Amino acid sequence: MIAAIAVAVAQVIVVGAGAPLLVGVLRTLKARLVGRRGPSPWQPYADLRKLLAKEVVVSTTTSWIFRATPYVLAATMLVASLIVPVFLARPPLAFPGDVILLMYLFLLGTFFLALAGLDAGSAFGGMGSSREVAVAALAEPTIIVAVFALAMRAETIDLARVVERFSREPLLAANPAHLLAFAAFFIVMLAETGRLPVDNPATHLELTMIHEAMVLEYSGRYLALVEWASAMKLCLFMTLLANLFFPWGAGGLTGPAAIPLGVLVLAGKLVLLVIALAVLETTVAKLRLFRVPELLAGSFALAILSVMAVVLV
Amino acid sequence: MPPAPSTSESFERAALEAGATLVTPSLPGAIACRLSSAGIPAFADRLAELGAHCQFLAATDTRSDYGDFTLVYVFAPARLRPAVVVRVSVPASTASFPSLATRSFAASRFEREIHDLLGLVPLGHPDLRRLALHQFWPADYHPLRRDVTARTDFVDAGEAFPFRRVEGEGIYEITVGPVHAGIIEPGHFRFSVEGETIVNLETRLGFVHKGTEKLFETLPFERTPALAERVSGDTAVGHALAYCQALEALTGCAVPARGAWLRVVLLELERLYNHVGDVGMIINDTGFAFGHAHCFRLREELLRLNARLTTHRLLRGAVVPGGVAEAVGAPALKDVAKTVERLVTEFVEIVGVCLANTTVLERLQGTGRLTTPIARGMQVVGLVGRASGIDADARRDAPFAAYAELEVRAPVYAEGDVWARTMVRLDEAREATRLIRAAADRDPAGPTRVPLPAMTAGAQGFGLVEAWRGPVWHWVLADGPASLRRVKIVDPSFRNWPALEYAVLKNIVPDFPLCNKSFNLSYSGNDL
Repeated sequence: MIAAIAVAVAQVIVVGAGAPLLVGVLRTLKARLVGRRGPSPWQPYADLRKLLAKEVVVSTTTSWIFRATPYVLAATMLVASLIVPVFLARPPLAFPGDVILLMYLFLLGTFFLALAGLDAGSAFGGMGSSREVAVAALAEPTIIVAVFALAMRAETIDLARVVERFSREPLLAANPAHLLAFAAFFIVMLAETGRLPVDNPATHLELTMIHEAMVLEYSGRYLALVEWASAMKLCLFMTLLANLFFPWGAGGLTGPAAIPLGVLVLAGKLVLLVIALAVLETTVAKLRLFRVPELLAGSFALAILSVMAVVLV
Repeated sequence: MPPAPSTSESFERAALEAGATLVTPSLPGAIACRLSSAGIPAFADRLAELGAHCQFLAATDTRSDYGDFTLVYVFAPARLRPAVVVRVSVPASTASFPSLATRSFAASRFEREIHDLLGLVPLGHPDLRRLALHQFWPADYHPLRRDVTARTDFVDAGEAFPFRRVEGEGIYEITVGPVHAGIIEPGHFRFSVEGETIVNLETRLGFVHKGTEKLFETLPFERTPALAERVSGDTAVGHALAYCQALEALTGCAVPARGAWLRVVLLELERLYNHVGDVGMIINDTGFAFGHAHCFRLREELLRLNARLTTHRLLRGAVVPGGVAEAVGAPALKDVAKTVERLVTEFVEIVGVCLANTTVLERLQGTGRLTTPIARGMQVVGLVGRASGIDADARRDAPFAAYAELEVRAPVYAEGDVWARTMVRLDEAREATRLIRAAADRDPAGPTRVPLPAMTAGAQGFGLVEAWRGPVWHWVLADGPASLRRVKIVDPSFRNWPALEYAVLKNIVPDFPLCNKSFNLSYSGNDL
């Protein structure tokens, strides 16, 4: 019991405290790749501290949704961090079918954020919300289908068991289905977390924004919560990607050293993924908004092919 | 029927046929005449047949001298040569003149501005909504009249501007600005969109109207070149040079050879740092951070080169009436040319990397297309015009400084999209390098400036410079040996802003910043 609670607390702490560092490392890497010095990887923590100390300005036309959304976002991400296998194969909240809960936790946050974008009644918030919902609607089936391809291969719908099975039998991953699902999931991660080429997280141009347009009205501690939650979302997606597709080292650890060792293994995998993401984001331009559905349709096709590969191969 | 020849002779004949009296020209290479205001529309029609349209229109309050207002028109083809300057008297009693708005798009904008600032009514103008002044300014307050005293007793009570309304199912408005998220100047953009597709855009400027032209009349004369440099911060040399050329034309002052060649170097350095920065911004708006980071590194090196040459990063204080400040050119021009060549080689390489990336290219090509017929119809000028198939460059067509001795090659693209505007900048950066090298090879000795002779009251002069955005006009009317009656400034931004509204049609909202960046027009230069 105590061990289980310890793991649960550790998972939340690793995701909650580590997520800003992940974003910071990504930004630093991207700056270095284009030849700039860039801010320190610890900068997101300084930003959050600054925002927490700042005054909150809320438009008088907003409803409770606007004020509740930052808490909903942070809460859903913290709960999600109990479901994702972070450094142990068996996360604290694991149960058969947990992957579906996980997807809808992410979507719950998106849903509230889209409402909050509309709430203030500014043109930009509404634009961001409509774009975000269009992207989310296209991305959602891909995640489910891609994860199901793996679940079918592992013959279980329990995320933890999928990870366990793959880490026990690495050869099971040597399959086209695995590669196709990885590609599909990676593209969806870019869309869901507002990365290039779908959305540009660094832009200041209101008219081009998706995610940032919805949060334009936020300030102070609300903005801090929103930023923190989106950092956690990126962290959770990358963790999921790392552990579902490269599960080695995530399952077999036991004993008192399991947690620190697991964290180290995870950190190693995340660093590799962050490098891949930074390189990708440096080598592509943002897609024209109407090309985004084509990209997501492509990722959905990959996910379907992956399921077919499971069935046929 | 073959097009009638547009030559000085044919213009002169047309002027005489229209009943005009010829006078001494105030614009080098032009003919000048006086005409009654009633004769203007017919004369404009005749000149249009000869290929000349209204390129410039200034109004000034000369009631204290002649009991009337004076209009000064310049008619010329897009290449601005040959030109005819027409002076027209508008009686103070009627304070109205026939409008050319339905004949020339540029004239329609000049007339709206005159209507706001001097209270002269262009008869028959189809759109007399406010242009320069905002709605809350009193209807009878025209700040450029000489007998008004400055008023500050009026407040903005929220009078709405009558925007064009687009209605229909699923059409909604997005209002952007005047205050923006980035550090740019204030301007209001009102989009009517259907989904993400722009069906109408209306821009409302004037938020930085600061009475610049009026200030020329009261500022001590020795400080006016500095004011000209500040018309638009990124065109310090362009405006200072146009202003100084106007003064020199007015006084008959000949700039020494070294001054003229240094002016070429300064103007090209200004073109370079702006083009390099603009290309970086365009690439950045596609989300491709690499191009932005490196273009801005190069721009910084160019600014430091500017500082070494003139002690000012934005080249302020370098161009003075009568030539160029003595301090300029202390570092050998050969070294300047060498540095520029190194930086531009790098710039070309970086742009090559960016344009070789198909995701970047895909964003630029076909975006914000301004077709040649629309560009011609709207009398678009300068860089934007050359990207839309209008082959005009005053450095080549109406040479000034030492450009007559250089063969300037103007890049022209027919596509009219963001890509074409990027390519014009790239080609012009290369050409600027060649011109700076040519100036460095020549490097004539001698004085950089001569003293400006005293002005005579009533004398007037034009200055026309192809700055990095396009032609900058200054028209100066002297009031005394060292005082000014009227200075009229036309920045190419004033001419090109409306074209942006057309270029973005049928584009999607998220592509607007890219279109806007590729035009990169000045708000300050527009809001005088």
